[in-house]
Amino acid sequence: MTIQTRVLFAVLYVVLTPFVIGLLDGFDRKISARMQGRRGPSVLQPFFDLKKLFEKEFLTANKMQLFLIRSYLCFIVLSGIIFFAGFDLLLVIFSLSTAAMFLILASTATHSPFASQGTSRELVQIMACEPMELLVAVGFYLATSTFTVSDIVTKSPVANIRFLPGFFVGFVFILTIKFRKSPFDISTSHHAHQEVIKGVTSEMVGKEYAMVTIAEWYENAILLGIVGLFFVSSNILTVIGAVIAILVVWFLEILIDNTSARVKWQLMLKLAWGTTIVAAGMNLFLLEIIRG
Amino acid sequence: MEVLVTALICFPFLWAILPAVIHNSKRRAFTVYLGCGIVMVLSVFTAIQWYLAGGQTLDFRLPYQEAFGEIFLWGDIFLMCFITYLSYKHNRLIIAFLSIISTVVPTILEKFGPELPAGPTMRFDWLTFIMVLIIGVVGSLIGVYAVGYMHGFHIHHHKEVTDRRSFFLSMIFVFFGAMFGLVTSANLLGLYFFWEITSVTSFLLIGYTRTDEAINNSFKALWMNLLGGCGLAVAISVGIIYFNTANLYTLIAAAVKTPTKMLCLLPIAMLAFAALTKSAQFPFSGWLLGAMVAPTPSSALLHSATMVKAGVYMLIRLSPAMADNYVGNMVALIGGFTFVAASCFAITVSDGKKVLAYSTISNLGLIVACTGCGYEETIWAAVFLVIFHAVSKSMLFQCVGAIETTIGSRDVEDMQGLMSIFPKLAFILMVGIAGMFLAPFGMLISKWAALKAFIDTSSVYVSTLMVMFICFGSATTMFYWTKWMSKILGASKREKSRDLTKKNEYISMFFHAFMMISLILGFPWLSEHVLKPLSNDMFGVVKQVISYENMVIMIVLLCGVFVIPFINYLLTKGQKGKKVITYMGGANAGDNFNFVSATGDPREMDISNFYMEDLMGEKKLFTPAILISSFIIVVYLIIVVGGALQ
Repeated sequence: MTIQTRVLFAVLYVVLTPFVIGLLDGFDRKISARMQGRRGPSVLQPFFDLKKLFEKEFLTANKMQLFLIRSYLCFIVLSGIIFFAGFDLLLVIFSLSTAAMFLILASTATHSPFASQGTSRELVQIMACEPMELLVAVGFYLATSTFTVSDIVTKSPVANIRFLPGFFVGFVFILTIKFRKSPFDISTSHHAHQEVIKGVTSEMVGKEYAMVTIAEWYENAILLGIVGLFFVSSNILTVIGAVIAILVVWFLEILIDNTSARVKWQLMLKLAWGTTIVAAGMNLFLLEIIRG
Repeated sequence: MEVLVTALICFPFLWAILPAVIHNSKRRAFTVYLGCGIVMVLSVFTAIQWYLAGGQTLDFRLPYQEAFGEIFLWGDIFLMCFITYLSYKHNRLIIAFLSIISTVVPTILEKFGPELPAGPTMRFDWLTFIMVLIIGVVGSLIGVYAVGYMHGFHIHHHKEVTDRRSFFLSMIFVFFGAMFGLVTSANLLGLYFFWEITSVTSFLLIGYTRTDEAINNSFKALWMNLLGGCGLAVAISVGIIYFNTANLYTLIAAAVKTPTKMLCLLPIAMLAFAALTKSAQFPFSGWLLGAMVAPTPSSALLHSATMVKAGVYMLIRLSPAMADNYVGNMVALIGGFTFVAASCFAITVSDGKKVLAYSTISNLGLIVACTGCGYEETIWAAVFLVIFHAVSKSMLFQCVGAIETTIGSRDVEDMQGLMSIFPKLAFILMVGIAGMFLAPFGMLISKWAALKAFIDTSSVYVSTLMVMFICFGSATTMFYWTKWMSKILGASKREKSRDLTKKNEYISMFFHAFMMISLILGFPWLSEHVLKPLSNDMFGVVKQVISYENMVIMIVLLCGVFVIPFINYLLTKGQKGKKVITYMGGANAGDNFNFVSATGDPREMDISNFYMEDLMGEKKLFTPAILISSFIIVVYLIIVVGGALQ
């Protein structure tokens, strides 16, 4: 990949993500509402929300939060740039978990009971997801002998999903946790009327909350990008397939969200690790055997 | 060079006499400072001298080698008698038995066995270079710290404990000497002598306070390390009987040459077994956990620069002989398993020192796993981890010790909001924790290289298991460090109080922090000028482990971790905002720390982290972990020993 294409992709990522993922979020709400028999808000509602949040008066329980949240946002964007500019997949995941740490620190800086509760649960969520994220990188290495995203795309004659079905299943499973969808929306959720209030984000007000939302959009773009990575190959037309796959997975997450009740974190951890070990572990083992 | 190395080994032993005989507190402190200074300067000078001379592997004999040989021999016998006496005194004769066997057999073979050819007995190469620097610099800083800490320990905090500081400080010097000897010896008989000294010295240091717990734990450390010594003794005996040599490198070369011949693997397996006990891998982790009862400087010494590093040093040496064979698989599996298991236990404990102890074991597990794999990449990663771990762990232990002195507790929960009360201590703690696990420090590059190498390992089972171990282990590692970090940054209930940390403790800690940061910045240089020649020496190939591109990304990430928060901090500093209290469902009692209880009175609110004791607690999983790891070791040793006897 030439340096120009890398820069182009990176710029496209930084510029387009808020619009694309924001729009997806709008449709998410609309579809969810229809599933529940409501009309639902306009698809542009996420953008109106953001605007309102940025215009609010800046209230804060601890001023340290603001710079930590900004660092969180910066790190997520940095990870996304590494991913979309086609660099090392494993480093993307390491960088994402470093980013998550800033959110954790921002949330605990306040000494709020609900934020702390949410933070501890958020940590459990990260711990539940991390093995699978790393294993996805391992899977791609096994299939293509490289961690580099650009090489994974350009040097695969066929889509890698053929070799990595188990990894894909495991990854889609943890996406529910990553997207904060029910049954795993235990550290924070889109609804404030539950026992943890808004969990990690309880004490984040106005523009702080807006920044966290944008950061999550950027993160979701990376995660959906990894879903797409399973389906692309050196053939340019597979991109269409990848987009379809992303939309299907995205719809599936909405469906799961609307049809399941929340579980406790203990169960979430066991389920996530169990799926990781069974689905990804088996796939890993088989691939190792095939490779000799 | 010969003279320098000899001086390096002998000087600490001789200097150890001084603190032992000087009882005036001030004068003794001065001798210790002076001694530590000389050790540091001497080690750095030796290392630089060798580096400037071109960095060639040096094989040599000590001046007066015969005299030294006699000293080693009688030293071994003396140590044996000493251990026998102590175990008799404390009614644990079974330990004496271990010591007698492991000393008598090699001694008899040496005296009455076949005449060994007189070859070089010492070696100085790149790995020695790194180890000498670690022991010399980190070790002597701990010595400096010890003076201040032990003063506070006896004068202010533990008046009930007999003041045996003279003994303590002189033991530290003995430790330095033994470690220098250990990393330069090529002759296994010499190495065995130094190995036993570290075992006995750590035993004495752990038992320092002479409470029942301390005595029990010290004997636990002793028997585990002596068991490792037995492994070493077997290796020596096999070497002398079958290979007619007691030279470590000859044995390694033999195993590299014919990796399928089990007899060649036998001494390697035995040496690896000894190294596993020394580096406190499961099932031998108990002794390092027990070592916590000792005063902090000795924990710092055992955990960072010395003792446990002797084990991993040995494994790194052996790694070319462990590539893709039974011994390598055993070591890798034990290491990987320890990495996961110890990090799970680290989640469930709240005692700061215990978290550090488990993290040491877990981190060593990763290093051990890397060595067991035996590829260039993993050795590169292992050496990096050794360096980073030595510096950051020594710093963390010193810091937790200082925090304990100052706030009267070393429980992680009590460190709530340390950043606002004792910013200097909190800063050091943060740098140490960051050095242990955050991207892009040592841990990250090591995990990157290790994952890559394990995927490429030829044995399918080992490869799959190891990849899983690393993925899960890194998730659990992240959990316990992050929750500690968030505790430090949180809001504080505590009143500001006087910082009781001594000046020399701060000197040592800040020097560590400085070293840590320069190591991170100097990482590309280190990789190019130290690790590459090292890998060239060991494997005969120079391989770019991490591509140029990834190196750049890592440097970007590195700057990111420091620069992004810093810039954001500056940008938001002037930000005006309305200060509000946190949300407590309307039950705030005027501030963030109290709430209105059911009776209408304000009550203090406590916030605590998750510990998951019922999920992965020590009570539940410690015994299974011991059993599983023992099983792995026994099975592989049976395969190797059985194969050799066939």
